[in-house]
Amino acid sequence: MTAASAQSDATPDSDVLVRVQGVVKHFPIRTGLLRRVVGRVHAVDGVSLEVKRGETLGIVGETGCGKSTLARCVARLYDLTGGTVVFDGKDISRLSRRGMRPLRKGIQMIFQDPIGSLNPRRRIGSIIGDPFAIHRISRGEQRKRQVQELMRLVGLNPEHYNRFPAEFSGGQRQRIGVARALALRPKLIIADEPVSALDVSIQAQILNLLTDLQGEFGLTYIFIAHDLSVVRHVSDRIAVMYLGKIVEVATVAELYARPRHPYTNALLSAVPVPDPDHADQRERIILVGDVPSPINPPSGCRFHPRCPKAQNLCTEVDPELEVKKDDGAEHLAACHFPVEVGEQLSRARAGIAQPDRETATDVSRETVQGAIRPQDRS
Amino acid sequence: MAGFLVRRVLFGLLVLWIISVVVFVMFFIAPHDVARLLAGRQANQAEIEAIRRSLGLNRPILDQYLSWVWKLLHGDLGYSYRASVPVRYLLATRIPVTASLAFGAAIIWLVIGVGAGVLAAIRPRTIADRVVTFFALFFYSMPTFLLGLLLLFFAFFKLYTAGIHLFPGGGYVNLTQDPIGWADHLILPWFTLALVTAAVYSRLTRGTMLDVLGEDYIRTARSKGISEGRVIFRHALRSALTPVVTQFGIDLGTLLGGAIVTENVFGLPGLGQLAVQSILNQNLPVVIGIVILASFFIVVANIGVDFMYALLDPRVRLS
Amino acid sequence: MSTAIGGMDAHLAQANVAEPEGEAAAEIQGRSPWQLAWGRLRQDRVAVGSAIVIFLVVLLAILAPLVAHLVGHGPGEQFPFTALNTYGLPVGPSRAFLFGADDLGRDVLVRVVYGARISLIAGVVASGLAVLVGGIVGMVAGYFGTVVDTALSRFMDVILSFPLLLFAIALVSIVGPSLTVTIAVIAFFSWAVVGRIIRGQTLSLREKEFVEAARSLGASDMRIMFVDILPNLVAPLIVYATLLIPASIVFEATLSFLGLGVVPPTPTWGNMLSDAESYYKVAWWFIIFPGGALLITTLAFNLLGDSVRDALDPRYARLFKA
Repeated sequence: MTAASAQSDATPDSDVLVRVQGVVKHFPIRTGLLRRVVGRVHAVDGVSLEVKRGETLGIVGETGCGKSTLARCVARLYDLTGGTVVFDGKDISRLSRRGMRPLRKGIQMIFQDPIGSLNPRRRIGSIIGDPFAIHRISRGEQRKRQVQELMRLVGLNPEHYNRFPAEFSGGQRQRIGVARALALRPKLIIADEPVSALDVSIQAQILNLLTDLQGEFGLTYIFIAHDLSVVRHVSDRIAVMYLGKIVEVATVAELYARPRHPYTNALLSAVPVPDPDHADQRERIILVGDVPSPINPPSGCRFHPRCPKAQNLCTEVDPELEVKKDDGAEHLAACHFPVEVGEQLSRARAGIAQPDRETATDVSRETVQGAIRPQDRS
Repeated sequence: MAGFLVRRVLFGLLVLWIISVVVFVMFFIAPHDVARLLAGRQANQAEIEAIRRSLGLNRPILDQYLSWVWKLLHGDLGYSYRASVPVRYLLATRIPVTASLAFGAAIIWLVIGVGAGVLAAIRPRTIADRVVTFFALFFYSMPTFLLGLLLLFFAFFKLYTAGIHLFPGGGYVNLTQDPIGWADHLILPWFTLALVTAAVYSRLTRGTMLDVLGEDYIRTARSKGISEGRVIFRHALRSALTPVVTQFGIDLGTLLGGAIVTENVFGLPGLGQLAVQSILNQNLPVVIGIVILASFFIVVANIGVDFMYALLDPRVRLS
Repeated sequence: MSTAIGGMDAHLAQANVAEPEGEAAAEIQGRSPWQLAWGRLRQDRVAVGSAIVIFLVVLLAILAPLVAHLVGHGPGEQFPFTALNTYGLPVGPSRAFLFGADDLGRDVLVRVVYGARISLIAGVVASGLAVLVGGIVGMVAGYFGTVVDTALSRFMDVILSFPLLLFAIALVSIVGPSLTVTIAVIAFFSWAVVGRIIRGQTLSLREKEFVEAARSLGASDMRIMFVDILPNLVAPLIVYATLLIPASIVFEATLSFLGLGVVPPTPTWGNMLSDAESYYKVAWWFIIFPGGALLITTLAFNLLGDSVRDALDPRYARLFKA
């Protein structure tokens, strides 16, 4: 295993399926009669990643951090404002729609909304058969057989070929989406929050399905979610996104054992733990303030207005995504003052003025504890 | 607000300009002999030549268009060769008739339409509601001219032969001369024009009122103890009225069309009757004049309606 | 009747597209959105009644020559001896002339039946044209957006600002009255109405995830428009087609009444009513029969159109049905 491209180009290309370098995506904001551009939404602001063949890269972040936009940039559903995307050795950053079409067989997406991602007026046999029709691979009886084969693969009854999406449950609709994505045996599947809209028990089914399919077909996944506990189950490596930038990338084990970025620490501390005693003893890191608007991101490190460890340097210089001391070569973090092992982040004091922190009420450990165990209150 | 108004007026001017071009192309360019068309059926060759010269129909088209527009902007709507008067004079006497008809009918249909709609909405599924809905559908399907004929037949003729001389069988009396007579002659035409549109408005109002009355803020108002009357009129009606205003803007054209028909049925000497007569008599300059004048009024009225709409609904101003 | 809310698209007053909702267990035989709508329509007594009336009118129109043959009077034939009484006034409804005779001694019944042909043709053709053109233009404008949309939308807005009847009569004054002109004028002004609505629907459909999914599969714009978007537009198009028919029939009748549509001797309900204006004092059947035919036909189409709209989007059925 070698270091990611941010540091060197030592990774042999045959290992890497997708190489994202410095991808930038801005959306212009237009107003007025003449549609003048008055600002930009900095949805993705310089993201570099690698995805190796056969692995699952999870991307986590809060709503609005740009992960969905990043996914669509990699899938070339958007044009890139800057940066490059190399897929299977080919630079797809500037390809036209026509140029992309043959490559679409290799990259597929699964969407979040099981209701919205299927056309309510079409039968699911037709929906799943779309890829075959669009790329003129098969027709008629042959296509039907292929579609039914896919339905069987994802756990649907092939006899429901002629039904409409409204006649299926949420979990089944996601299976339909998976079948559609799988039709052309793609190399890469980008799943944009595929289970967020499902009930917990169904989530498990779909996640298992995805894992099984990966083993059977040698698929590579980019798995996007806002829920860390979900991502943990399916991913080999996890990238944490904040306000359009990657703040930390590591294998699952490393990320959970030694999170370096304060934001990652906060995210991990927020994951609910079933055991109340264990939960009690955990360190709770509560971020103050809201996520800033991507129209006007903060200077320097974007996390500095909310970071418990922020210093002056953080307001001026945007930290590089690089390997920190004592970490494995694959573990990258973008922080000037990464969290050390054993450090108690909740006791950290920022060295700069943070308006939200001063005005927010102090959420003390006692209050939190009191909420969990009222019988202990004296 | 100012920006909205400016944009709206600009659009209105654009429409007027396009109308002028369309009318010009229709009448002055098309593959027929313009001079003959304008002169009318009775004209002889000499007269046609005279017209051709006086209107300069041999000049380049752009020239003709510009001079025609120039005359329009100065209020010269053309010349009627048959009647030997400028079109302007012919129209002037008839405008008050059409205006009386149109305004009266509009007021009536708004009052009846919105009133019936509100009534049906606040008492849904009762007898009142069913009656209103039934009559709405009935009148909605009735062509204006048919309603006019039926009113003439039943309200005028049948009553007349029974000895009740309530309504006249047509004709017009000047407001300034005899207000009672003026209204008397206009009642049947007003209702002819109004009832069909009132049907549309009652359905529309009923629908929007039902939507609004189901909203949470109405429930909040009621729970605060505000009287039902105030809830309906101050709170619900205001929101429910905005689609009605939109519809009214669209209906200005319909109003004009309905007026044309009604004038013909009841023999009212307005612009509509003149228009039809002129076509049947092939008196085209008059037709052109009426089309331009009427379009102008409709565009202006539309701007007025949009302005009112913006007053009612602040979101429109900001878009 | 399954109570599963199969959920339909196509509420027309606003440009919203409804979400399908509801689930059916795998054991229950699933019903497509169309089957559910059809079921609702069949249960609607008003719809069934209107459909029957329309069917009868259409039947009579088609069989007009047969009716003429049965009665023994052609639509243009004059019977001055049997139809006019000693004073030269036409006879009322009687055994020989079921609907009475007109001032020229023609059989009103036969003329009414022939008049149905004109009205129905005008209604259906004008409505069909308007929906076809409006649907395509609206879909293209809504789908492609930007310049194309701005241009087409402005065009539609301008057309909608024109006073309809006024321009119709202006056009007639130049080219002369005829059925073709009438149909053309109706279609020309109606398509913009349909176009605007369809544009709105397409705009919101375009943002749906299934369109994004189709793009991610590599589908071309044409394919997305006709395979993904169009099926969702069929419902409002059907409703508009049904509702435009009575509007077109009324418009044709109005023009004919003014003498600017279909001119005599061809019988149409409009121009028959125009004669009625002079004769109604002595011949009430001049008004009642053609007028009644016009009213009944228009009413039936309007009721059917309402019911079709309710069947396709049941949320609103509860509101509008008394």
